[in-house]
This record gives sequence, C-alpha cells and structure tokens, in this order.
Amino acid sequence: MQTIAYILPELFIFLSIMFLLMTGVFVKKSFKLVNYMSIIVLVFSILLVTNQPNDVIKVFNNSYIIDKFSIFMKILTLLFCVFVILSSKEYIKINKINKIEYPILILAAVLGMILMISSYDLIVFYLALELQSISLYILAAFKRDEEKSTEAGLKYFILSSLATGMLLYGCSLIYGFTGSTNFEVISSNLNEFNTGAVFGIIFIIVGLAFKVSAVPFHMWTPDVYEGSPTSVTSFFALIPKIAAISIFIRFMHVPFINMMHEWQGIIIFLSIASMILGAVAAIGQSNIKRLMAYSSIGHMGYILAGLSTGTNAGIQSTLIYLVIYLLMTLGAFGCIFMLKRESIYYENINELSGLSKNHPMLALCFLIIFFSLAGIPPLAGFFAKFYVFMAVIESEMYVLAIIGLITTVVSSFYYLRIIKIIYFDKPKKPFESSYDLGLKITLTLSTIAVLIYFVNPSYLINAVSSITFN
Amino acid sequence: MNFPILSAIIFIPLIGALFILITRGKEKNVEKNSKNVAIFSSFANFFLSLLLWFLFDTTTPDFQFVENKNWIDGFINFQLGIDGISILFILLTTFITPICIFSGIQSIKYKIKEFLIAILLMETLMLGVFCSLDLVVFYLFFEAGLIPMFLIIGIWGGPKRVYSAFKFFLFTLLGSVLMLVAIISIYWITGTTDLIKLLDTKILQDYQYLLWLAFFSSFAVKMPMWPFHTWLPDAHVEAPTTGSVILASILLKMAGYGFIRFSLGLFPVASDFFTPLIFTLSIIAIIYTSLIALMQEDMKKLIAYSSVAHMGFVTLGIFSVNKQGIEGSIIQMISHGLISAALFLCVGVLYERFQSRMISSYGGLVNIMPKYSFVFMIFTLGALGLPGTAGFIGEFLILVGVFQKSILVGTIASIGIILAAAYMLWLYKRVIFGRIINSEIKKMKDLNNVEIYIFSSLALLVIFFGFYPEPLLNTINISVNNLIENYEINLSFHKSLINN
Repeated sequence: MQTIAYILPELFIFLSIMFLLMTGVFVKKSFKLVNYMSIIVLVFSILLVTNQPNDVIKVFNNSYIIDKFSIFMKILTLLFCVFVILSSKEYIKINKINKIEYPILILAAVLGMILMISSYDLIVFYLALELQSISLYILAAFKRDEEKSTEAGLKYFILSSLATGMLLYGCSLIYGFTGSTNFEVISSNLNEFNTGAVFGIIFIIVGLAFKVSAVPFHMWTPDVYEGSPTSVTSFFALIPKIAAISIFIRFMHVPFINMMHEWQGIIIFLSIASMILGAVAAIGQSNIKRLMAYSSIGHMGYILAGLSTGTNAGIQSTLIYLVIYLLMTLGAFGCIFMLKRESIYYENINELSGLSKNHPMLALCFLIIFFSLAGIPPLAGFFAKFYVFMAVIESEMYVLAIIGLITTVVSSFYYLRIIKIIYFDKPKKPFESSYDLGLKITLTLSTIAVLIYFVNPSYLINAVSSITFN
Repeated sequence: MNFPILSAIIFIPLIGALFILITRGKEKNVEKNSKNVAIFSSFANFFLSLLLWFLFDTTTPDFQFVENKNWIDGFINFQLGIDGISILFILLTTFITPICIFSGIQSIKYKIKEFLIAILLMETLMLGVFCSLDLVVFYLFFEAGLIPMFLIIGIWGGPKRVYSAFKFFLFTLLGSVLMLVAIISIYWITGTTDLIKLLDTKILQDYQYLLWLAFFSSFAVKMPMWPFHTWLPDAHVEAPTTGSVILASILLKMAGYGFIRFSLGLFPVASDFFTPLIFTLSIIAIIYTSLIALMQEDMKKLIAYSSVAHMGFVTLGIFSVNKQGIEGSIIQMISHGLISAALFLCVGVLYERFQSRMISSYGGLVNIMPKYSFVFMIFTLGALGLPGTAGFIGEFLILVGVFQKSILVGTIASIGIILAAAYMLWLYKRVIFGRIINSEIKKMKDLNNVEIYIFSSLALLVIFFGFYPEPLLNTINISVNNLIENYEINLSFHKSLINN
C-alpha cells in the first residue's frame, strides 16, 4: 500500500484519463468541459507531486525512482502543460480541432512523460516512451483533413519508430552485456571498457538525440513543427523536451556514468552540430514555426553542451537552461497565437511587418522574447547561456565554449531579423486585438518572467542546486 | 554615506523610462508628458552626478560610494563604486543625455515616446558600465546597451539603417562574446569576479595573454581600432543625430574606459607585451583614417572617421602607461565626447533644414547663418586641437606621454594632428565660406533658442577646460597614479618570477 502512495500522481492522471474519456463519450459537446477538467487534473497532480517525500525512494523492485530531480522535472512538465493548454484554447476552437480526444491525448502523453522521468529500468523507460510517442503521433496528425498535418504525423511516426527501434536495440545490447535492465545494476556492471556496451550506449544516444531533435537526427523537426496545428507545435516544442532531456541526463549519469569517456565525445559532437545547424539553417526561413524549429534545435545544442560536461554543475546549468528555454518558447508561441485576422492564423514572417505600429504591446513582447532567445543581457536567455558556459569552461572545454558563443552571434542574426521586420518595416493590415484571456495571461507571465529574471537570478539556482547525481 | 547614490544615478533614468512606458491617454498629452518626464529625469540625474562630484574625495585612490548587494548567491555580488577615472565618464554621460533629449525632441518626427524610452534606457546602461565593480555586472551593462542602440539606429535612422544596425549589432556582439569567455575563465582561475579583489590578485602570466586578447577583441571593436572600425562610419551615417551623439561621445568611451580599467589593471604583463601591437594599430588608425576623412563627401562620415583617428590617440596614450599618457587620454576622451557630440549636432542642424549631409550641397553659409558658423568654428578648432580648447590638452598630454615611450611613434602621431587640421579646416571652408552655389540654401534659418543653449553649453565647457583643465586633472590625478603604481609593481613582480 505504501508503494501505491508514491505513484499517486501517475495513478491520478491515469484514472482521470479514463474518467474524462467516459465523460467525453457520454456527454454531448463536451470538449470545453473536458478541456477545463484536464487543466484541473494537471493542477491537482502538481499538488500531488509537490507533496511527495523529499528523499530518494525506489519502488517496484528498484524500477521506479522518486527523487528531487524527478519531482522537479515532473512539476516543470505539468506546469508548462497547463500553460500550453491555456494558451492554445482559442486556436483549437477556431481551427475546429476541438474534439475531446485532444486534451485526453495530451494527458496521455503527459502521463507517459512523467513515467519516463521517474523510470529507473530499461523496460519501464521503454514502455513509458511508447505511451508518450504514440500519443504524440496522433496529435501531430490531429488536423486530419489537412494534407500538411497528416504528412507531419506520418513523417514523425516513421522516423520516430526508426529511432525507437534503435533505442530498443541499444537497450537489448546493454541488457546482453551487463545482465540487467536496472539502471543501478547496469552502472555497477559497466565499470570497465566493454565494446558491446559501447555500441548499446551509442544506439541509446541516437534514440534520445532523435527525441530531443539534436543534429544529425533533427530532420523531422522543421516539417513536424510546420505541419502540425500550432497548438500541437507549441506542445511539441515544450513538453516532450523536458522528459527527453531528463531521461537523457538520467541515462548519462546513472547507468553510463562510468563510461563517460566513451559518451562525452559523442554528446559534444551532437551539441556542436546542433548549435551550428540551428544557427545557420534558420537564417533562410520564412515560416515562423519552421524558424522556431531550428531555433529549438540550436537551443538543444546548448543544453547538450551543459550535459556533456558530466559534472553536477553541468546538470544544474542544463536544468536552468531548460527552464528558461521553456519560458522563452512559451512566450514565443504565445506571440504566434496572437497573429490572427478573421479566424485565420498567419505563420509567414512577413505578416509581422510593422507590427509595432498597430500592436505596440505585442511587438514589445516579441522584442523581449526574441532578444532573450538571442541571449542578449540582461534578459533571461543570457543567463541561461551564461550558466551553461560557466559549467563548460569549468570543465576546460574552451573550444566548445567558443564555438557555442560564436554560434550565438550567428543565431542572433535571425532573431534580429524578426525584430527588424516588426520594428523597422512598413506596417501591414492590423491583426485582431481581442485575445483569449488564457493566452493573454500566458504571454504576459512568460514575458515578465523573461524580462525580470535578472532581478533575482538566485531563485532558480537555489531550486536546482540540490539536484545532484553521483 | 548610507544613501545609495550610485544606484540612484543608474536607476533614475530607468524609472523615468518606465513612467513614459505606462503613460496612457491622448496622444498629444502623452507626448508632452513623456517629454517632461524625460527632461526632468535626465536633469535630476545630471544634478545628482554634480553632487556626486562635489562629495567625491580626490585624496584617496580607493573606490568610493561602494555598494555591495548579494545578487547571485555566493557567486556574484552586484557591486558598484567609482574612482577618479569613472566619475568623469559619469559626468559626461549625465551631461550629454539631456542634450540628446533636447535635440531629439526637436528633430525626431515619429514615435517620440519610444525614442525617449530608448535614450533613457541607454543612459541607465551606460552609467552602469562606468559604475560597476564586478566583471559580470560590467558585461551585463556593456552588452545590454546593444538593444536600445540597435533600435535607435534601426527605427529612426536613414535609408540604409537596417544594414547599419545589423552591422553594428553583430560586430559588437562578436567582439563581446569572447570577453564573456574570458570573464568566466577569470572566475575559474581566481574564484571571483569582484574587481576590487581582482586588482589585488596577480593572474598567472600564461593566462594573461589569452585573456588580454579576449578583452581586446571586445574593446577594439567598440573603440573602434583599425581594422575593426568599419561598422562605425555606417552606424554614424545612418543613425539619427542623437544616436550619433550617444555613439560618438559615450559608447566609444566605454572601450577606452575598459582598456584603462581592465586591460591595464588586470593584465599588466600582457599589456606590456602587446603594447607594440596597440601602437601599430593606433598609428595606422591615426594616419589612415585621417587620410580617408580628407576624401569624404558626407559630413557625418568625415566626423566618424575623425573619431576613429582621435580614438587612436586615446589608445596610444593609454598604452604608453605613464602619467601624462593616461591622463591625456582620459581628457581626450572627455573632450572628444563634448566636441564630437557638438559636431554631430552641427551636422544635424544642417540636415534638419536641408535634408542633405553632402558637403557639396552647401557653401557660403556664413552669409545666411552667422551664429551657426561661429559655433561650428569653435568645434572645428576644438576637433583639430587648437590651444585653448579641451582637445589641445588631451592631445598634448598624450604626445608628451608617447614621446617618453617611443620617439618614432610620437613623431608619426604628430603628423596625425596636422592631418586633422587639414580635413577639419577644409570641411569648414567648403561648408561655411565661398559663394552660395545653391540658391535654396538662402531659405535656411539660423539657430533657434534651444539650439543656441545646447551649443553654448557645450562650447563653454570645451573652452573652459581648454584654459583650465585643473578640475579634471585634479579628479583623476590620484587614481591614475595608483593605477600606474600598481601596474609597475605587478610588472616587476612577474619579471622577478621569470628571473627566479
């Protein structure tokens, strides 16, 4: 009975999904109800998660772990999911994808993610990953009468299955060479160089790199981001990244920590490649969702740079970067959701032309968020990069730091281009200025958080400083 | 002193900017109110900084008015403080900003509210640069200035403003990120980014060279030194008059200040080692950009190139590391801050009336605009370093300093002064004297009252400090002595390490 108490949030979400499914089926026109209830479910499960004990607890034969790290990541997942649902409510309604399956699939994906965050065993991890992935495939293709959306769903499905296949192969190799699926046992059995296990590690890294869309496994990202409905894109850009990064950290620092010399070079390569591609490829984009895709690839590069140090400072900087990335991306998608004229949402960058004239406040939000994405002080994005490079330079990886900072300069070009279009170009037809309340709240909160982060940066540092591995 | 006067000076403009941001109502009222708020906050700041100068103790080399607040737990403190060197730059900033606001109110035609916000924000950030005593805080202010300046050039600039704004932003950012690497490395080498502690720490020689180069990359772009100067003429030409004034008179000084404070203060061995490099680049800057300035047809571009040449003198003075050299370069920076601001405003006056910056469009202005011609003459003479103007004091002291270090460099640099006289006087001759070729010029009006106040306040200071530089020299004297003393001690310490 005691063990059940530890997985209360997961159980609660699971039962709510069942309940909401029934509600949706038996109550007519219940989208609105289900949508609101899903928010309530998420908020309530945040409370349940914060209520969990503060020490390390392993349940179900050590295959499921509850520690500070997992609690932190779960809160992030649930909290940002609330905001994603809040901000995309109007979009869903106008684009007529307001079917009850939508919030339920999101809840199912979130359930998969928080199971993944806590998993401490290859099998649990794999099952959680599949629960998440399958929900995401359907979400990507949710606007099923539109060509692009179905294309995005199919593309994501095929490529992701391939990556998952590799991941599974890696898992089986690890099992074969270490004799266990439990993370701790793997860790203690992997204390010397083992060629077979190295192959396993590489396959697992490939699978995970696909999930976080690190170069060279990023090909799906721009197409899926562009093709999916924007509400789904904003979900994709935020929530699955949290789970993927946390399991990435867990893999590298628990089962594979003794093989650091083997995986460090790979992660550095992934990091540098993502930073460079994210900076260069975004320059020519004219669709803002595609641009955000490349931007998220670039940001994943910085996150991996923090991870590649293999130190606790590195993990903490990664977490700080992740939180700030989430805030900025939430704000950016909040801005994108506002570009609406007569029930049509615009995605072309040129539509932003002269936005500052007709919508000064929205333009200011764009300005703050995009300068922050570019990493210009004193906005939050600068601090994110600052902590990561602190950790990287502490580990004396100067080349990685310098490449990273130079790609910041390159990537600032395309962020500046958007600001240029908004502020320097001639105004076009104004957008609608009646916004949904949830969207307004989300955008305001995230912009203010990005803007005034510098007033008290210790807050976030203290929150992650107790999260340590090894 | 319990009152946090430095924080007050830094944040008053920011509060003013916030006020302007939240004003609502009829457009006319909003504009009027924002102008009043901007004028009021910038003036309040100016008087506060005068008070600061009055309270400033010139008998101690220590940092004064130090404020220290916990910012990032156990890692970075938000530390402010000033010494004799920084206070002059603070005064320059608080003096130039009201002038910018007045001139902006006159010349900016649209989005005046946003413009005032940008200028006030800029003032906060520039003051932060000169007050901060922590490397990370310094970097924060130094970099954040890019945002408002980018917007000032891009929104209110000329026809090629987008290109110039991007060039300005990317050039400076690229230079600065290397400085960020260096700052983080310093933290891991010494365990602190607190400047007061760092000035007492002797950083190992092997590290110094790379760190110095990283800081150099940032300051050389900002200064700008040849060959990193190409962004400056573009930025100046396209920026609105006020933008050019801020750029020339304060933004460039941040780099000179950085060289004195960080390059000399933290890395004496590397500074000594790289002095020939600096001298070579400075001399090329002086001669080469002066020659380019001779051939310019655009007045703003001419003054921009002359700025590069004048900044070449500044770097020469700083890296000759003797009393005359450093004091000279500080005075030169202050006087250039005043004179170049005035020259850009002079060009702005013409541009506003005739929409042209080409020298060939004008001629014979002395007949139509006598007051203007008189004012322009004062600043032309100031720019070429005529005795009796502040420009002379700076250049003279610098040359005295440089001659002690190397006669060859001093001689070549002196040629630069002759060239400066050539291009400035030729500019003056072509614009002011001669026959009126263009009959439309005759409609132009002479200076109005606001412009007269602006120019006369600048001219008074230029001439006053030209005859009596004592207040300035007195303020910086002890701090500069202390700087040079520390430099020598540090240098001999490292030399003794090598000998052993």
